[in-house]
Amino acid sequence: MSDANTASLLPDFNSAAAQKYRYYRHLKDVMMRYMMALGGISVIVAIVLIAFYLVYVVVPMFKPPDIERVASYPLPAGTQTETLYYAMEEQREIGLRVTTGGSAVFFRTADGSLIQQEFLTQETLADVTAFAAGDPSQRLLAVGLDDGTALLAVHEYHVTYPNDVRVILPRMDWPVGNTPLIIDEAGSPITMIAAQYDEEQLTIAALTQDQRLLLINRAEEESFFGDEGEITITTSRIPVSGQVAFLLMDVEHRELYVAERGGLISYYDISNKAEPKLVQRVQAVSAPVEITSLSFLSGGISVLVGASDGSISKWFPVRDQDNNYTLEKIRSFDSQSGAITSIAPEYFRKGFLAVDDDGHLGIYHTTAHRTVKLEQISDNRLLQLAIAPRANAMLVEDDTGAVLLWDIDNEHPEISWSSIWGKVWYESRDKPEYIWQSSSASSDFEPKFSLTPLVYGTLKAAFYAMVFAVPLAIMGAVYTAYFMSAVMRDMVKSTIEIMAALPTVILGFLAGLWFAPFVEQNMPGLFLCILLLPLSVIVAAYCWNRLPNQFRHGIPAGWEAVLLLPVIIATGIISFALSQPMEIVFFGGNMPLWLTDELGITYDQRNSLVVGIAMGFAVIPTIFTISEDAVYGVPEHLTMGSLALGATPWQTAVRVVLLTASPGIFSAVMIGFGRAVGETMIVLMATGNTAIMDMNIFEGFRTLSANIAVEMPESEVDSTHYRILFLAALVLFLATFLFNTIAEVVRQRLRVKYSSL
Amino acid sequence: MRSPSFKNWFNSGEPYIWLNAGAVSVSLIMVVGLVALIMVRGLGHFWPSNVAAFDYTDDDGSVIALAGEFIDTESVPRARMPGDDSRIPADSDIIDRRLVRIGNRDYTGFDYRWVLDAAMHNLSYPDNIMAVERYEWGNFYGYLTAVKENGEVVDADPDWESFQRYIAESEKILGEIHHIEKNLIGAVNYEMERLRLRERGLVLNNEPPGSPAFGEIETRRASLQEEYNGYTGRLTNLYEQLNRASFVATLAGGQEAELPFAKVVRAYRPNAMDVWDKTVFYFEKLWEFVSGDPREANTEGGIFPAIFGTVLMVMIMAVLVTPFGVVAAVYLREYARQGPFTRLVRIAVNNLAGVPSVVYGVFGLGFFVYFLGGAIDELFFVESLPAPTFGTPGIMWASLTMAILTVPVVIVSTEEGLARVPRAIREGSLALGATKAETLWRTVLPMTASAMMTGLILAVARAAGEVAPLMLVGVVKLAPSMPLDGNFPFLHLDRKFMHLGFHIYDVGFQSPNVEAARPLVYATAFLLILIIICLNLTAIKIRNTLREKYRAAEQH
Repeated sequence: MSDANTASLLPDFNSAAAQKYRYYRHLKDVMMRYMMALGGISVIVAIVLIAFYLVYVVVPMFKPPDIERVASYPLPAGTQTETLYYAMEEQREIGLRVTTGGSAVFFRTADGSLIQQEFLTQETLADVTAFAAGDPSQRLLAVGLDDGTALLAVHEYHVTYPNDVRVILPRMDWPVGNTPLIIDEAGSPITMIAAQYDEEQLTIAALTQDQRLLLINRAEEESFFGDEGEITITTSRIPVSGQVAFLLMDVEHRELYVAERGGLISYYDISNKAEPKLVQRVQAVSAPVEITSLSFLSGGISVLVGASDGSISKWFPVRDQDNNYTLEKIRSFDSQSGAITSIAPEYFRKGFLAVDDDGHLGIYHTTAHRTVKLEQISDNRLLQLAIAPRANAMLVEDDTGAVLLWDIDNEHPEISWSSIWGKVWYESRDKPEYIWQSSSASSDFEPKFSLTPLVYGTLKAAFYAMVFAVPLAIMGAVYTAYFMSAVMRDMVKSTIEIMAALPTVILGFLAGLWFAPFVEQNMPGLFLCILLLPLSVIVAAYCWNRLPNQFRHGIPAGWEAVLLLPVIIATGIISFALSQPMEIVFFGGNMPLWLTDELGITYDQRNSLVVGIAMGFAVIPTIFTISEDAVYGVPEHLTMGSLALGATPWQTAVRVVLLTASPGIFSAVMIGFGRAVGETMIVLMATGNTAIMDMNIFEGFRTLSANIAVEMPESEVDSTHYRILFLAALVLFLATFLFNTIAEVVRQRLRVKYSSL
Repeated sequence: MRSPSFKNWFNSGEPYIWLNAGAVSVSLIMVVGLVALIMVRGLGHFWPSNVAAFDYTDDDGSVIALAGEFIDTESVPRARMPGDDSRIPADSDIIDRRLVRIGNRDYTGFDYRWVLDAAMHNLSYPDNIMAVERYEWGNFYGYLTAVKENGEVVDADPDWESFQRYIAESEKILGEIHHIEKNLIGAVNYEMERLRLRERGLVLNNEPPGSPAFGEIETRRASLQEEYNGYTGRLTNLYEQLNRASFVATLAGGQEAELPFAKVVRAYRPNAMDVWDKTVFYFEKLWEFVSGDPREANTEGGIFPAIFGTVLMVMIMAVLVTPFGVVAAVYLREYARQGPFTRLVRIAVNNLAGVPSVVYGVFGLGFFVYFLGGAIDELFFVESLPAPTFGTPGIMWASLTMAILTVPVVIVSTEEGLARVPRAIREGSLALGATKAETLWRTVLPMTASAMMTGLILAVARAAGEVAPLMLVGVVKLAPSMPLDGNFPFLHLDRKFMHLGFHIYDVGFQSPNVEAARPLVYATAFLLILIIICLNLTAIKIRNTLREKYRAAEQH
């Protein structure tokens, strides 16, 4: 065997081709490494992206709003007369200024240039002595004149698109004609006015110079013949004392608020126009503080009281048990320091803006009880304030005769810690509550975004599921891992795996359509079954124990579960067969009704009991598999030692096996809990999905996950509702992630412990 | 010693062991019972049950003749029944009643009604009563009396065979109409829409109005219009033929009803059928169920589109999830340096498998549909804006979301497989001079193939059964067109689709006629369970053989 021979048999190791081939292989190796790294890392990043994306969508909710001054110009139509009122149209291109001279000036908000000027007094020669605006979204203006008459106007905007360019034409409209309405027959000048107008009626409250408060209602009956309906006019007089400074009437023509500068607010019920009724007088602020501004919040339910110390409080009528209304202070904002000079409520949300003497602007949201922004926007006294209908711009007039236009970017004012998690006193409710009600048909609806009832429902569902699942799963796991014969163990584990794979939509459908009615029909049987099962098992076990040995030895140990199958089935059949007789004897034939009548427990067909069992069914395999692993992994020398020392198998199981495996069982329960918390389809289908907070096992609930599944497809992208649903998803994500991580850490420690034993 | 006292026996802890065994038995009974319940209810529905005819004393005391199939029986305590009822014997505490499917919804107003056993008389199963399945208004039960053509009675005493011939004929015409409407006209409409988009695209690209491209579109459109007119002509003809024949039947109550053959799916006389006939009929119905289109707001007919949608979605998902899952697992196990980082990643991946599926749905909707889809629309589908193409839920986003949801399953399973490959095999390969990539590619990965397979099957099983995320990212109750069809580009990833799981939810809970829909929901649920159990059993089987194989490899 010489070297030459070998060399000739093998190809040359260092030939150009071999080197090239080796280089090629090396290149492939390196490329594979980088590709794998790239692919692997990007998959991992993609998975982690989920959490970041959820956060990315949620975060803008908590961002403070931005405001920016975009224009400043002298008063449109001059400073000879003072400003009474500002308004803007929807596209915020055109502004309206009403002056003490009675002129309504339309101007461009961008530069203050005049578009058109109209006189609210029309052809009369009288002077304007009082002015009021109706509900901002109805754009109603009312002027009181010095001859005891009044005029109503509506500022309208007509939008056209010639050549694809938007053109807005402003104009004044006179809903009840442009001749003055006689308010005071005596002709005394009107010093203060409040008015509301809709299709059916017109109501004006006016204060005359000689301190008479008159209420006039003009209602139009719908005529059957389609022509002019019959008009009825009701007038009445409301006695007043003191110096009235503010007069407010709500958009439904039902309430009238008369306020004095000194802080006294009189609350009148004017639903009956012929007999206005004083409901209450309340001291809103106490001396030396004075009321400096009074305004409705959108919807006309809440009243905002701006005071000379810069505080703003929100009041609305609250109904007590006897159906009496009282005006209550709901909450107040104390962010500003100067006297509040003007309050501008948003048109469609429960937020408002306020300016004060010191040049501060405050942006508030009432439901959230949140001062969204507070900023010194000027060194001068700020006199007037108007907000654009879409709440994206405002006009401010200061005492130097300048008008400032500001952009506002305030997307999510309704979110605060208290509005999501706390009790909130919503409008028209009689006390602070946790409510989830995200949408409604009306546009001035107050969204109720409390996640608390949803979290409560989630935990309630998970709790009942665990009550059902944990004992069954852990007991089953201990038996399977420690007592069961190997052959049967394989079978049981496969079956449990199948159980884990059953789609939850099927469990939910069975729970909702089959099990819920079944429970309602056979409730006594169900409880009897739960009661009898353990008893029957013990009785059967004792009987088996008393059987002759030759029988017992025919079946080896570890097959008890199979022996029990017929016993359990028989018990079930007997229990449910006894259900109806029992119901007739003990519960008058209808147990759910009996529960409601005798015990006062409300019964829903799709209730927590049903969900508990259905979701327990879904959770059992999770808990079972993990705890079975933990029990099975207990080192054999521990159990052998225990048995050798004379402990019975059961003592060994409880004192040695369970104790050693307890961290594993704990983590199984955690993971099971995480699964129950996030389960969607079962709760969606097997409960009524009403967001109530009650531990009653016979009532339903609404969970975070079901809420997402129901509301997500309908929520508008990037709206507050959309983001809050993302927040709900994030909460679910974090909660399950937390449970799972704890469980995982515990399991890893257990593994280390086992390997050291 | 042989028979210890109860107390001693109790103290030995023996009963507790039995109780634990009982927990296992209860779980087993629940699983088997649930599957059995669904199977019996789902599969039993297709069996043609006999149609009973009986006289019934109504609650106002009048006696009416009813006919229908018995669906369900139950016994109710008297207290649960509303009010007093003179029909019930005073001494009975428990009342038996039956749910009867009386059909004829267009004549009686409802398909189902509960009848009291005590108020039923003269129950019989006449041979000549027939059940007619219809395209509208549910089932019809009655006695055949005459056949009409163009409004004239042509056969005053029709025999069953000629009656069936009429049905077969109308079915043939219906098939033709369906073909023209769905396939031919569908294709024309589809191309018309594409032309419209192309034209709009040209306008958006500032193509001058007179350019030849517009002319081309116009010519093509004209020829399509002509083709369309041809089809509508044929359709009018066919409809005329279809609506010619009708038949007259007598209802149980005695009124006569005239029904066009065009509305008949099938007619049969269950009471005259023997077991063999019924078996044949059963499989016919079963086949219709898995291969047909849904009818009557999904409460009747088949679920083929849902099966198809589920399978297609799962297949796209599998194509996406396998490479990514495997690459991530290989990276984690073979390339990444093992340390705190990989441990952290492993925990994270494990935990993601426990994150609620609806969270993935929310992510899919926000990120894929609105964010990615919106961007894709603005880049590539400008001509159809503002109508979204990919910026709306669809099968691609559903598959992607499912892929993200199931990728942890594949990663975990593949990693497990990689960990099981004996060290000796790797070292042997490296010692023979193979590079790491070659070792991986030629020896390790082939050995892991079945582990990957297991992971993939489990992922598929999970995806097939998951509904909550799909509700957000692309499933609909009734998809107008399939995501895969004969129109270019054949696979329409932007389309919405139907899904078995969602079908169950929708038909079971959103359907106006739950009673009628229930059997089909059970059948659908059974089909879904069957698919998932098969997939899982396969996965379990593969895993077990795999374990045996490695045990053998390790011993050598």
